Amino acid sequence: MRPQDILLPAAAGLCCKPGGFHIDPVRPVERAVITHGHSDHARAGHGAVLATQETLDMMRLRYGENFAGSTQAIRYGEEIRLGDIRVKFHPAGHVLGSAQVAVTCKDTCIVASGDYKDAPDPTCTPFELVPCDVFITEATFGLPVFRHGDAADEVKKLLASVALFPERAHLVGAYSLGKAQRVIKLLRQAGYDAPIYLHGAMEKITHYYQSRGIDLGELKPAAGMKKAALAGTITLAPPSATSDLWTRRFPDPVTAFASGWMRVRARARQRGIELPLVISDHADWDGLTATIAATGAGEIWVTHGQEDALVHWCKSQGLRAQPLDLVGYGDEEESETPLQGEAEA
Amino acid sequence: MNRFAELLDRLAYEPGRNNKLRLITGYFREVGDPDRGYALAALTGALSFKHAKPALIRDLIASRTDEVLFGLSYDYVGDLSETVALMWPKAALAAHNNPPPPTLTEVVTTLRTLGKTELPKQLERWLDELDETGRWALLKLVTGALRIGISARLAKTAAAALGSKDPHEVELIWPGLAPPYLDLFAWLEGRGEKPVNRDPAPFRPVMLAHAIEETDFQNLDPADYIAEWKWDGIRVQAVAGRDEHGHITARLYSRTGEDITGSFPDLVPSLRLAGAIDGELLILREGRVQSFNVLQQRLNRKVVSPKLIKEFPIHLRAYDLLGDDENDLRELPFAARRARLETFIGKLGDPRIDLSPTVPFASWDALTAARADPASAGAGEDADAVEGVMLKRRDAPYLPGRPKGQWWKWKRDPHIIDAVLMYAQRGHGKRSSYYSDYTFGVWTAGADGDELVPVGKAYFGFTDEELLQIDRFVRRNTTEKFGPVRHVVHEGDKGLVLEVAFEGLQRSPRHKSGVAMRFPRISRLRWDKPPRDADRLETLEGMLKAEVAEIEA
Repeated sequence: MRPQDILLPAAAGLCCKPGGFHIDPVRPVERAVITHGHSDHARAGHGAVLATQETLDMMRLRYGENFAGSTQAIRYGEEIRLGDIRVKFHPAGHVLGSAQVAVTCKDTCIVASGDYKDAPDPTCTPFELVPCDVFITEATFGLPVFRHGDAADEVKKLLASVALFPERAHLVGAYSLGKAQRVIKLLRQAGYDAPIYLHGAMEKITHYYQSRGIDLGELKPAAGMKKAALAGTITLAPPSATSDLWTRRFPDPVTAFASGWMRVRARARQRGIELPLVISDHADWDGLTATIAATGAGEIWVTHGQEDALVHWCKSQGLRAQPLDLVGYGDEEESETPLQGEAEA
Repeated sequence: MNRFAELLDRLAYEPGRNNKLRLITGYFREVGDPDRGYALAALTGALSFKHAKPALIRDLIASRTDEVLFGLSYDYVGDLSETVALMWPKAALAAHNNPPPPTLTEVVTTLRTLGKTELPKQLERWLDELDETGRWALLKLVTGALRIGISARLAKTAAAALGSKDPHEVELIWPGLAPPYLDLFAWLEGRGEKPVNRDPAPFRPVMLAHAIEETDFQNLDPADYIAEWKWDGIRVQAVAGRDEHGHITARLYSRTGEDITGSFPDLVPSLRLAGAIDGELLILREGRVQSFNVLQQRLNRKVVSPKLIKEFPIHLRAYDLLGDDENDLRELPFAARRARLETFIGKLGDPRIDLSPTVPFASWDALTAARADPASAGAGEDADAVEGVMLKRRDAPYLPGRPKGQWWKWKRDPHIIDAVLMYAQRGHGKRSSYYSDYTFGVWTAGADGDELVPVGKAYFGFTDEELLQIDRFVRRNTTEKFGPVRHVVHEGDKGLVLEVAFEGLQRSPRHKSGVAMRFPRISRLRWDKPPRDADRLETLEGMLKAEVAEIEA
């Protein structure tokens, strides 16, 4: 059986005809398999949804109880049959509950990896390498200029700045789902034990992480704090909030942003960031290329991001490769508009 | 080098002046001699070595990486040094006995003596030894592109703060100092005497003017000001002084303090009286000032041939005197300096150096009339080389920098046309990944009726908000892509009209339209105007006038 008879891009997303489902559909469909809880992958309004318990919980937090007709939770390593198709979930290391979906028909195995990273993350299950015939990879950071380094070093940079400017507040822009909690956990691992303040928009999801047994230390809402009392503190906020009126409640704030995009200076400057922190929940160039090689797949399908470069690299390695024409996941045009595509990276 | 790179990196993101000062002073305190001295030199633009060409950097990266991947990366990042720094794959070094990364001193002193052929190997070694930020700073340094938003003045202020000194004191002794400034730091830290400025012909930091706005006039009294023509040449400082043997040394400096004496050897013999003149460099033919286009033929020349000197005779038009023999005049009011200048120029009696005349006026209305028609207000046949008027307070001392309310420049209105956006390209540096370079055109009669012909390219003039709007327009209205260039819709009723302001025009056989603009910039977005109502090439040709003939003469 040809791989494209098993999985094929369609308007609603990646479609598995023989199994009768879509993976991360961007429009409402009968049956959806969801890789992780970020809003561009996990949308409301599907008939039936198959995902990890954490992903389902996150969808419920965002969209309310009736976000889908029915839901089914699946564990890492668990396999489900849908017609002739076997579907198995494996950890993707992207955020809490994120999964790669292995789709097998007869002896052909395709892994749709969703968003993933091979770097360590204390807030989610580590990425698992799944040998396969066709590997579908993201390419958010699919250029060799993206090398992310050790996130712990970036957090040290933040702490050094807090020490250098004790009379100023530090505002760290971070995507509310995943990145914020990872930064908090990294701060704790670096020995920072003062209370960490939260923007209102990230309280719910952060408390969910805590309820799943992830110890994040003492967290407080930034709302209601006196301006002077925020000197020398660290506050986590959604990236868009770090450039609006909300920041006026902080004393002379230092604006930081935790994102893989911060590797490129112009990106940080365009957003008026003073302290760029290169911390990404996506694999960097070395991670992407190492993972592709290690899966043993002979054919690579590349989606959302810098497809050109990664497809070129695959071909130079003797692999069959093609860009997968999927829309709606922060495509090239969108990722260039600072406030949308970058938010999650 | 890594520590210096870290400083540059922080400075590049820090918008606040006081925080920048704190970071630099902190660095000077923490880092010892001679590294901090070379850092000060780098920040003030005082380092001199032969810069590496971008082509050399490209060759280095080409030998280590895939060409296509480099191309895609460079297009994305928009800055050569940064792209190379980010994607540089380190050579597999032995795990032990790796050389330590170079210090800033090592880099600077090596670059000074290194032969051209040894440079690539040396750079490659350093790139292997440094971290990402270190590589970025190294490449910026060796290519001479260390633009990080720090003025020399700010760096000197940070140094002064190390010893709680007034920055002005550092400024005054600065011309006599040389990297790595051991004597300066010794003085600042209270370990040594104050260094003395022994340069016979030092540069004095220049005083600059603010652009005047309509609303400024109501608060200004015409009686407080002296007006002069604003010449369309280049601002220079011509300094002559006696060395310890009594011989005259003469130097010509650009407004930033760069020594440009070598490009104008024909002016040196005229600088035989000790003093420091602030003035405009111009080309005079038969006593008449030529346009900037003509002067341009003499700028940035490495070799100055006798033919060039003969055809483009250089001239200095003086408007201020900062030093008269041994006397520093900068504390005197402008009116007094002007009187000293007139005496000085008279005594000099040199045909190559003359006085910039003042423009008499009794009211702002009178000055407005003079500015609108310099020819009948005293500029005569030189009127074409006048780009406006300068207003200087009679009582203003000569203050370095751009002090408020002392000097004003009041330019003549720029030329303006409405043109149609034709092509857009992604910008570099701060604007990388936005479509910020625009090629625009005007209408002309073609074989099949009217067609647009490109007349220029502009990269600035718009606000950040307007940039986003144009960027969005370009993305939504692209009809074709050629590599980084987008072909944007431009038809009679579809497209974007840009109001383009520019300073001058010249005929150019290299452009399809036959004309080239000087200093074009986007002054307004005309969302309201249909492209068919944009200007025609004939309008531009009408503006060309006689300017052109001068260059060819």
